[in-house]
Amino acid sequence: MIFLFDLLRQGMQWMLVLALAPILIGVIRKVKARLLRRQGASIFQPWRDILRLFRKDLVIAENASWVYRFAPYIIFSLTWVAASLVPTFATGLIFSWSADLIVIAALLGSARFFLALAGMDIGTSFGGIGSSREVMFGSLAEPAMIMIVFIVSLVAGSTELTEIASFMLSNTELRVSVGFALIALVIVVIAENGRIPVDNPSTHLELTMVHEAMILEYSGRHLAIIELASSLKLLLYISIIACIFFPWGMAPHDANMEDLLYGVLFYVLKLVMSGFLLALFETSIAKMRVFVVPEFLGGALILGLLGMLLAFTTRSL
Amino acid sequence: MWLGFVLVALCGYLLISLFALVNAKSPHVSKSVYGATFILCALIFFMSILPRGSGTLTMELPLGVPWIGMHFRIDNLSVFFLAVINLVSAAASVYAIGYGAHEKHAIRILPFYPLFIVAMNTVVLADDAFTFLCSWELMSVFSWALVLAYDYAEESRSAAYIYLLMASFGTLMLLMAFGLLGGADGAYKFASIREAVRGDWKTGIALFLVIFGVGSKAGLVPMHIWLPLTDPAAPSHVAALMSGVMKKVAVYGFIRIVFDLLGPPDYWWSVEPITLGAVSALVGVLFAIIQEDLKKVLAYGTIENIGIIFIALGLALAFKANAMPVPAALAFTAALLHVLNHALFKATLFFGAGAIFRATGERSIERLGGLIKLMPKTALLFLGACMAIAALPPLNGFVSEWLLFQGILLSPAFPQWGLRLLAPLAGVVFALCAALGAACYVRVFGISFLGRARSKSAEHAKETDRWSLGAMSGLLALCIFIGLIPGFMIDAISPVAQSFVGGRLPEQHFAQWLTISPITEVRSSYNGFLVAIFVTISGLTAYWIIHKLWPRPVRFAPAWDCGYVDPTPFSQYSASSFAQPIRRALRGIAFTVTEHLDMPAPGDTRPARFGVEIKDRVMEYIYRPMVFGVNFTADRFNRLNYLKIQEYLAIVFGALVLLLLVVAI
Repeated sequence: MIFLFDLLRQGMQWMLVLALAPILIGVIRKVKARLLRRQGASIFQPWRDILRLFRKDLVIAENASWVYRFAPYIIFSLTWVAASLVPTFATGLIFSWSADLIVIAALLGSARFFLALAGMDIGTSFGGIGSSREVMFGSLAEPAMIMIVFIVSLVAGSTELTEIASFMLSNTELRVSVGFALIALVIVVIAENGRIPVDNPSTHLELTMVHEAMILEYSGRHLAIIELASSLKLLLYISIIACIFFPWGMAPHDANMEDLLYGVLFYVLKLVMSGFLLALFETSIAKMRVFVVPEFLGGALILGLLGMLLAFTTRSL
Repeated sequence: MWLGFVLVALCGYLLISLFALVNAKSPHVSKSVYGATFILCALIFFMSILPRGSGTLTMELPLGVPWIGMHFRIDNLSVFFLAVINLVSAAASVYAIGYGAHEKHAIRILPFYPLFIVAMNTVVLADDAFTFLCSWELMSVFSWALVLAYDYAEESRSAAYIYLLMASFGTLMLLMAFGLLGGADGAYKFASIREAVRGDWKTGIALFLVIFGVGSKAGLVPMHIWLPLTDPAAPSHVAALMSGVMKKVAVYGFIRIVFDLLGPPDYWWSVEPITLGAVSALVGVLFAIIQEDLKKVLAYGTIENIGIIFIALGLALAFKANAMPVPAALAFTAALLHVLNHALFKATLFFGAGAIFRATGERSIERLGGLIKLMPKTALLFLGACMAIAALPPLNGFVSEWLLFQGILLSPAFPQWGLRLLAPLAGVVFALCAALGAACYVRVFGISFLGRARSKSAEHAKETDRWSLGAMSGLLALCIFIGLIPGFMIDAISPVAQSFVGGRLPEQHFAQWLTISPITEVRSSYNGFLVAIFVTISGLTAYWIIHKLWPRPVRFAPAWDCGYVDPTPFSQYSASSFAQPIRRALRGIAFTVTEHLDMPAPGDTRPARFGVEIKDRVMEYIYRPMVFGVNFTADRFNRLNYLKIQEYLAIVFGALVLLLLVVAI
C-alpha cells in the first residue's frame, strides 16, 4: 500500500512537471508583456502553441538521417526524466536515489549532445553555427554546474537532492560559499536556457541566435516536443534552485495528503515568483555579444571555484 | 601451474610470429595470423577472469641474466591488466581479420603484431627489474616497428624517430629509478625491493624518475609529443592497441612501482601525479578539440583520459597516505574502472576511424560528412562509443567519472592544507575536461557522419566488413553492460583495491535494484539501469501517445535554411569553424592562436585570405629550447672532429689526470 502511494507520488511529480513547464513560460511572457505595457497572451498560450504544432504536418529535409528524427524524442525523454527526479513539491520520492545531482546535470548534458547533433544533421550553416555555440556555452556552463554541485554537497554532505533539501531546512545559517553557489547557479540557468542576455528565445534570424538556430529545420510534432523539452529544462533548473536554496514548504517523505497539497501550492508559488524575477531581469538588460558570454560563464565558474575553495578550507563559511 | 599456462600461451604468440615470417608470401597468412592471435588472446582473457585458487602465484625461469633469472608473479592487479590487455587485443585481432585483408605490406605488420602483445603481457607479469625493463623496452621496440609499417610516408618516419627518442628517455628514467631502488647490492627482485629500507630522499628521487619514465610512455604532458604522431601513423588496429592498451600498461607500471614497491606512501607523493594529470587532461582535450585529423583527435583524447586516470591515482595515494582506506579505495576503483572503460571505447573509436579511412581514404574530418547514410552500422557503433567517451549516462564512461567526482568530494578531509587546495583545483580542471570532451565528440561525430559529404571520396563510401563491425559491437556491448550494471565491475576491482590501498568499497553487487552507492546510500547513489529504463519508457510513451493522437503525415522537401538555397556542401559548418568559438574562448592556455586576415582594398581583384596559426606552448617553451640547446652544444663540439693528433693526445691525458684526481679524492 505504501509502495503504491509512493509510486503515485512519483507519478504525480512526473505529470506535474510536464503540465507546469509550458505554463511557466507563459507566466514569464505575460509578466514581460505587462512590464512593457502590453496586454500579453494568456499564460496557457505556450500549451496552445504546442498542441497546435502537434496537429500540423511535418516537413523534413531530404537529407535528414535518423539522428534528426529521433533526437527530439531522446532530448525530451532525457529532460523529462531529469525533471521528474528533482524534488519539487515533496522530498524523498521513491526513485530519487537512482540519480543524484551529478547524474541530473549529466542527463541534461546528454540532451545537449543530441540537440547539437540534430543541429548538424541537415548540413546547413545555421544548424552548425547554433551547435558550435551551444557546445561552447555548454562546455563552460557544465563545469560551473559541477562546481555548484560540489559546494552544496560539501556543505550538506551528500549529492542527493533530497538529503541536501532536508539539510538546508534544518541548518538555516547563512554561508558565503552557498551564496556564491546561488549566484553561479543563476548565471548557469540563464545561459543554459538561452535567456536574455545570453540568447533571445523570442527571435529568429539574428546572427547571435543559438538554440533557435539548431532547431531551425524542425516542424510539426518534432518542433512541439523540442519546445516542450526546453520549457521542461527551465522548470527543472528553477526547481533545483528552489529545492537547494528555498526548500520551505516541501512535503517530507511521510507526509499526508494535506501536506502534499500545501507542497504543490508552495511549489507553484515559487515558480511564479521565479518567473516574475526572471521576466523583470530580462526586461531590464540588453543582450550581450556571443563572445562576451564565455566571460559571463567564466564568472560563474570562478565563483563556483571560490565557493568550493571556501568550502574546502573552512567548514563554517 | 596457472602462471605456467599463461607463459606457455605467450610462447604461442612467438610461434604465430614465426609462422607469419615463414609464410610471408601466402595470400591467407594475414587471416590465419590474426585468427590465431584472437584465439590465444581470448584464451588468456578467459583464464584471467575465471576464479583462481590462491591469490598470488610466482615462478622463476632460468633465462636471462645468469644467476638472476627471470621472475614472474601474478596477483590481483596483474590479472586485471592481463584481462584488459587480452580483451582489447582479441577485439583488435578480430577487427584486423577484416581490416588487414586489404593490407599491401602485410609482412611489415604481421610478425611484430603478436610480439607486441607478448611484450605487453610480460610487463604485467614481471617480478624483477630486469624482466620488467626488458619487456618494457621490447614493447616500445615492437610498437616502434609497427609505427614504421608505412615507412614510405615521411610523416611515419619522423613519428617513429620521435617515438624512439621519447621511449628511450622513459626507459632511461626507469633504469635509474630501479638502480636507486635496487641499491648497491643489485637486489633487483621485486620482493627484495619491496622489503628494502630506503631514506626519504632516495624514495623522492626514485618517485620523480618513475613518474617521468612512466609518464613518457603513458603520454603525460609534457612527455606526450610522440603520441599524436605515432597513433595516426600506425595501422588502425595497432593504434587501438597503442592508445587503448599500451598506455594502460604504463599505468600498471606506475601502480606497481608507486603503490607496491616504494612502500607506504607519504602525502606529498600525490602532488606530482595530480598536477601532471590535471595538466595532461586539460592540454589533451584542448588540442583534441582543434584537430582535423580524426586519429589525432583520438590520440589527444587519450592524453586527456590518461590525465584523468593519474588524477584519480594521485588522490588514491593521498588518501592512502592519510590512512583513509575507503576513500582511497574509491579513487583507486575510479582509476582502474576508467582504465578498462577507456580501453574499451577508445579501441572502438580507433576501429571506427580505421573503417572510415578504408571506406574513404580520408583521415581529415574536413573532407568527410554524411557518412551516416552510407555506413549506417559503423555510424551507430561510432556514436555509441562517442557517447561513452563523452561520459553520458547511462554508459560506462560516466560511471568512472562519477566515482572520481565522489572521490574529490571526500577530499576536504585531508589534514594537509596543500592537498585541500590542490584537490578542488584538480576537480575544476576535471569538470572542465569532461564538458570539453563532450563538445569534442559532438564535433567529431557531427562533422564526419552528419551533414553533407564534403568530398568525392566521402560521397562514395561503403559500409565496412563484418569482422570490423563484429569487433566494434562486441566492445560497445561491454561499454553498455558496464554502464548499466557498474556494481559488478566495482566488486571485481574491490580485491585489487584491498591489496593496494588497504580498503574496499561496500559490496555493490545485487544491491537494491542494482544501485551503486560507494560510501553510503545517504551520501550518493546512482542507478544507471533504472535511469536507462526511465528514459526508454518516457521516450517510447511520448512517441506512442503523439503518434496515436496526432498521426500527421510527413513530407520530404529540400532543407529550408531560412530560405537560402546553398547547393554547395562547403557552406556547411566545417570542423575548424565548429571549433572556433571554443578555440577563441580558451586560447592562451595550451596553445596560442594568431589569425591573419588579408583583405584586399576595394577595387582590388586578388582574393581575400584568412589564415590561422596555432602554436603549441609545450613545444614552444620546453622542446624548442631543448632542441636548440642540443644543436648548439653539438655545433661547439663539432670542432673536436678536426683536431691534430697531439691535441687528441692532450685531451686523453687531461681526462686521465682528471679521473685519477676524482678517484684520489
